[in-house]
Amino acid sequence: MRTFSYERAANVDDVLSALGQPDTCLIAGGTELVNWLKEGIEAPQHVVDISGLPLADVEVTADGLRLGALARMSDVAADPVVRRDYPVLADSLLQAASPQLRNMATIGGNLMQRTRCPYFRADVALPCNKRTPGSGCAALHGDTSSQAIFGWSEGCVATHPSDLAVALAALGAQITVLGPDGSRDIPATEFHRLPGEEPHRHNELRSDELITAVTAPGPVPRSHYLKVRDRVSYEFAVVSAAAVVECDGRIVTTARVALGGVAHRPWRLVAAEEALVGVDLDDISALRSAVERSFTEARPLPHNEFKVELAQRSTVRALRTAGGETT
Amino acid sequence: MPAESDTKLSLTVNGDANQISVDVRATLVDALRDRLGLTGTKKGCDRGECGACTVLVDGRRVLACMTLAVTADGKDIMTIEGLAPDGELHPVQQAFLENDAFQCGFCTPGQVVSAVACVAEGHVASTEEIREWMSGNLCRCAAYPQIVAAVTAAAAALEEDVA
Repeated sequence: MRTFSYERAANVDDVLSALGQPDTCLIAGGTELVNWLKEGIEAPQHVVDISGLPLADVEVTADGLRLGALARMSDVAADPVVRRDYPVLADSLLQAASPQLRNMATIGGNLMQRTRCPYFRADVALPCNKRTPGSGCAALHGDTSSQAIFGWSEGCVATHPSDLAVALAALGAQITVLGPDGSRDIPATEFHRLPGEEPHRHNELRSDELITAVTAPGPVPRSHYLKVRDRVSYEFAVVSAAAVVECDGRIVTTARVALGGVAHRPWRLVAAEEALVGVDLDDISALRSAVERSFTEARPLPHNEFKVELAQRSTVRALRTAGGETT
Repeated sequence: MPAESDTKLSLTVNGDANQISVDVRATLVDALRDRLGLTGTKKGCDRGECGACTVLVDGRRVLACMTLAVTADGKDIMTIEGLAPDGELHPVQQAFLENDAFQCGFCTPGQVVSAVACVAEGHVASTEEIREWMSGNLCRCAAYPQIVAAVTAAAAALEEDVA
């Protein structure tokens, strides 16, 4: 591991000026960065510890919820307001990682995590345009069982693993970032980049910016996060679905659904959301027909065709659970 | 000869203040084991995937292999060695013995420290809750049913102590 200078930022101005120097990484919980340092995914000259900054509050606002970027996953998941009024958010956090990791990891850091693609994470150099631009994509004609069914390019077929990001996308949340020119908001649906021709650009955060907060409208009591994985716990999603619904009795009046494990960003099912209005939550075949509208554009790869069916079933189940499954 | 990247740290471990010098790149598990000789904390995977390195930092269970030692400067750390300071076993340790909750023993220090926190957090209402809240600690020997029994017994014993 390349050596680095270490300093603790006393305030946000310290962070902004540190980000002005090249080859600088921020550390908060460290649960991703420490692995990147060990694997050579990042080799900064300077590491700036932001964990002590006062950006960890969970606040109820007039329009919804505001989470400080340094709030720990465990603290947000345990917050009584989050549990009662934003179950999709609490569920997405509690089904992520492990209790120990959730005590360390932060909201902002979770959004900044990178793909679990085994070619990206390999401890030997493999063709990977995310790690080494221009080297190719070993996954494309390799093992595609964990890869994307939407939004991929020939340059990269990886997915983004954050559960929190999927919940935030369904909530229509905004990610507030601060740079030398001030603050801006990035919609949670657009924070992570699809690979296109530049897979090495993982997200929209500029190198001189840091995430300060996440805001979500709400409350959303009829919401749910469903995570499908190869074992009961402590594992990334094969496919996941975040559903937020409003109903008049059992009839859907609004629906928002985002999927994880299917693309390099949470995948909002826009066509399905429109088709779900007026559907009865107890009419499974009508729910399924509405959901199918968003899957005509699915582009599965040789080993991940199962995700197309799995994602549709997961969506229907997440919608019914969000709506308070009865029949 | 101290290397350029050596840093001085103050770590309170199991109630004792320590001043140590570590490479800035060292993890907390390396600092505890190699600098302080506290080899009870194990390095299983060294990538945050097994939980064998679980310690308490400022009262919260965390992974020492994912913690840069420099970030722990000034913090209060408890390791497996800190559970039985006078030689009298902690109720969680006693429960692990009585419930045959280990085979090779390699994951055990991490399991025990994690269980201490799990009980303190109150995540012990059922077998299912214990399994979920102890899921950050892997056991290749598959002593899981006995570990769950031990945590159940320890929770009951600790509740009796408080009552």
